[in-house]
Amino acid sequence: MSRFDEVNLETAMEILSRYPRKKSATIPLLHLAQEQHGWVSDASMEHIAELTDTTPAEVLGTCSFYEMFKREPVGRYVVNICTNISCLVMGGEELLHHAEQTLGIKGGSTTPDGMFTIEDVECIAACTEAPCLQVNYRYFHRITHEGFDDLVDDLRSGRRTDEIPPHGTLARIRQHIPAARAAGPADPDTGGEPVWLTSHAATGAEGETSS
Amino acid sequence: MTVTDAPKIITGRFGYDDSHTLERYEATGGYDGLKAALAKSPAAVVEEVKSASLLGRGGAGFPAGVKWGFCPEGVWPRYMVVNGDESEPGTYKDRLLMERDPHQLIEGVLIACYAVGCSQAFLYVRGEMALAQERIAQALNDAYAAGHIGKDIHGTDFSVDIVLHWGAGAYIVGEETALIESLEGNRGVPRIKPPFFPAAKGLYLQPTIVNNVETLSNLPWILTNGATAFAALGAENSKGTRMFAVSGHVRNPGVYEVEFGVTTFRDLLYAPVYGGGIRSGRELKAVIPGGASAPWLYPEHLDVPLEAKTVGNLGTMLGSGAVVVFDETTDMVRACLRLVRFFARESCGKCTPCREGTSWLEKILARILDGHGRPEDLDLLLDVSDNISVGINWPPMQTTICPLGPSAVSPIASALMRFRDEFEAYIGSPVAITVPVKGAGFVGPVHEEVAADA
Repeated sequence: MSRFDEVNLETAMEILSRYPRKKSATIPLLHLAQEQHGWVSDASMEHIAELTDTTPAEVLGTCSFYEMFKREPVGRYVVNICTNISCLVMGGEELLHHAEQTLGIKGGSTTPDGMFTIEDVECIAACTEAPCLQVNYRYFHRITHEGFDDLVDDLRSGRRTDEIPPHGTLARIRQHIPAARAAGPADPDTGGEPVWLTSHAATGAEGETSS
Repeated sequence: MTVTDAPKIITGRFGYDDSHTLERYEATGGYDGLKAALAKSPAAVVEEVKSASLLGRGGAGFPAGVKWGFCPEGVWPRYMVVNGDESEPGTYKDRLLMERDPHQLIEGVLIACYAVGCSQAFLYVRGEMALAQERIAQALNDAYAAGHIGKDIHGTDFSVDIVLHWGAGAYIVGEETALIESLEGNRGVPRIKPPFFPAAKGLYLQPTIVNNVETLSNLPWILTNGATAFAALGAENSKGTRMFAVSGHVRNPGVYEVEFGVTTFRDLLYAPVYGGGIRSGRELKAVIPGGASAPWLYPEHLDVPLEAKTVGNLGTMLGSGAVVVFDETTDMVRACLRLVRFFARESCGKCTPCREGTSWLEKILARILDGHGRPEDLDLLLDVSDNISVGINWPPMQTTICPLGPSAVSPIASALMRFRDEFEAYIGSPVAITVPVKGAGFVGPVHEEVAADA
């Protein structure tokens, strides 16, 4: 059940094809597993180990290092509230406390109805718009306590489903490298000197006019 | 005020709603820099970037062209790794560049790969930046379709793939060797340098150039307008323009592209087109000049220019341009704790002084804020600090593989040297500090200096 489904397996193979070494695909595949289920299970990690020619222990070792990978189910909406320095001096901690009181849970927990998880996070990179938060990694700037209440209301009532996918879905646009255009991964064991370094060494591109 | 009319080299398209599209990019000179590069030899492109004196914009400020020259002869393949893992508290300039002008970054990556001879490029984007990921993915797909990336670019034999790689949440992965470890599929744990300087032994232990998003975003303009035009801007050791994020207690917090080296802190904080002054008619208390690890500056430093060497000589740094402003309402002990907590949480755990030391510093500070501080805690904080960063200086003497651990020492030394009275208020009695603090950047209160002169 937690292994990649047919569609995601195809995506996984495409992702793997871009890297010279399979293990490099570990983090992208963990994201893909989380997109499929909303969180990362042991069974997902076992499948990723097979696909990357590593062991489940190695995959777990990598997975457990990174904040974004949840190894237990989380809420549909993961609300990350920043309390780092710029947000701190603009009311970030007060916003976090308000969120905890409003939703009835502490940072790090999920509401019993499975809708919301709150996290007290480090800088989410919107410092001039403090205090700020992310819901499933989509930004909300200069959030007042009333603004937070409105946001929770919107999310409960489904008003923002277009804007905010469920937890696990990160970017909704993926890179695709068309086979006809691909230069191909550079194998560290067999890769040689790039041809253009010698062919362009004299003055520049030979016979090339702007395309 | 020295607010200049330097051109917007990297944020020039931000005014367009569709600034991130290929259409807008090609209509505004997009990919002309790549064309100009392809008309030169790769070595000539390296020389151009060296003459421009483009300093890295990721925090360390090392000259980009010089770094490109560090790859050993005859060792192939070489890789390009773009550091888009921006996580420094106080700025998001790279996120803006990735979201709003992804093609500019892509073009910069291509120019760099051509110049250095990189056979593959990896664009590592911070996992939490979902929109940046979408915009870059779309831009890459469009640029491939238009023949700007991939096999035989612009009809030449220059071929390179750019692979978008998502991060997954770890500040330490912004450190270049930790980034490489992460790209290899591992925990983001830094490697010791030497021997693991990326240019020598990087990704898959091959020569690898790691460049910051903003650094690379400057390349199209430099190739189109020339190194001389770039070097005509700024100051002797700080050429060109730079993005500075001003946050905290200013009227107009924002990310501003300013002329490097000549613009002053006063301009950045008070000019109407930049910070606009301190909010609510209050007074400036302190300012972090360059991110969480930078020793703090104060009102007496307002006329210091945003110039790399000058700021370095003061014992602090501009880092990645994260300027955080505190007014008189700020509890500096609380600010200190929050910065130290950040480093304690983000420590990768490899080196004992950092793993243990940052946590101890956090616990002691939390205890002080909770009302259980003891007079000996101030010396204790500095003693622990000295074990992470010997002598307590900036730049630090590291006892660790990377500078994260020593970074936690900066807010402690700054706060203790300048705002000891606030710690004393929590502790409930005057406290003498006996542990020496070497760094000139850890400035004492102004009135003490005046008394010394009298």
